[in-house]
Amino acid sequence: MEKVKLFATWSSPFVKRIVWALKLKNIEYEIIYEDLANKSPELLKYNPIHKKVPVLVHNEIPICESLVILEYIDETWKDACPLLPKDPLDKANERFWAKFGDELVLPSFFGYIMKQGKDQEEAKEATLTHLKRIEQLLSEKEFLSGESFGFLDLAFGWLAENARPLEVVTGLKLLDENSFPNLCTWKDKFLEIPAIKESWPDQETLILKYQEIKESKGK
Amino acid sequence: MAVKLLGIWQSPFVLRVKLALSLKGVEYEYIEDDILNKSSMLLQYNPVYKKVPVLVHNGKPMAESLVILEYIDEIWKNHPLLPEDPFEKARSRFWAKFVDDKFVPMIIRMLRITSDQKDNAAKETREILKTLEGSLDPNKPFPEDKSLSFMDIAIVWVGYYTQMLEKMLDVKLLDDENTPLLNTWFRVVLNLQVIKECLPPFDKLLTHYTNFHERHTTAS
Repeated sequence: MEKVKLFATWSSPFVKRIVWALKLKNIEYEIIYEDLANKSPELLKYNPIHKKVPVLVHNEIPICESLVILEYIDETWKDACPLLPKDPLDKANERFWAKFGDELVLPSFFGYIMKQGKDQEEAKEATLTHLKRIEQLLSEKEFLSGESFGFLDLAFGWLAENARPLEVVTGLKLLDENSFPNLCTWKDKFLEIPAIKESWPDQETLILKYQEIKESKGK
Repeated sequence: MAVKLLGIWQSPFVLRVKLALSLKGVEYEYIEDDILNKSSMLLQYNPVYKKVPVLVHNGKPMAESLVILEYIDEIWKNHPLLPEDPFEKARSRFWAKFVDDKFVPMIIRMLRITSDQKDNAAKETREILKTLEGSLDPNKPFPEDKSLSFMDIAIVWVGYYTQMLEKMLDVKLLDDENTPLLNTWFRVVLNLQVIKECLPPFDKLLTHYTNFHERHTTAS
């Protein structure tokens, strides 16, 4: 009997991609929500180096770093819903773009939302530049991973999931249909995938939760 | 030639790719780029980051050293670099990423460090190296040429470049009291034939980065 535990928070984009992967592959797991201001001894035991979520614990063995976890899940539960393609060049491309997403797109996007003044302007410019590249990737493909969704879609899923809730709460236009038609189409398709659609928190709940955060910060 | 590698001689990321190709006996054409005057080839092949290494295989380019390593391992199946077991693979990837996420920014900082900040930076570097030592299994024998793995290739350059920083800045980073196992591991692995053949010459590296450091710490 496989025992799978996931250390998580509701808001982490890195956690969410793991939840989706586990659901897509029909893997039973126990989720443990962490309070990052008061980390559990278990989390610190399983991820002593970074002390972060997500951590996947499979039969008592921990795996850390979300993209590493995704590949581990794909290699361990091979039969259901393969995430990475078989072709080495396609795989290399997905890994490259996933890294680009995490290192450049995600930080600039959330920077744009959270920063002020000149820093916000710079983050906005950077985000637009990065998003253009992703828009380009979708010019000949249904999904980022090709004909059907996969690893790279999960890696960018945070964008699909957060675009509308954050736009509603902040008033910032994040994914404009005129500038990013491919990304907007992709976003809607991604959110319709059953495993994505059914996972918590859903879009309406995200809006409420982000609204609460905004109000508690008095912004 | 079917395989081309765009690089610069001083890059540890290029070194990783050279090691992987060397271990698998892959013939390739090496093209030296100029960091101050990037070639149009580089800009065409890696428009996103404009950096080396870029591996071009049958006309198709790819970038990011660890991505390239995995590609090489999947195409050329002799001398496998990554282990078969998914957990061991995950472990290798985790530590390779740790080096890139923690050690690389540190080395970038050290190359521009002023004398008043040097000791603090050295202390932080020693802490990162201590954590890195946790990646080594004290019961496992040291690698040999024929057993060098993905993780070994991802990490080995840290020892060489740290030695270079020690000389350049006159600081202690590889402290035998702090990281005895790691220091021994570096000494053994940096002495392996295939590694020695790929390493850039130490004195050339030291001179290059000493000049770099001077340019970046002298008020203009």
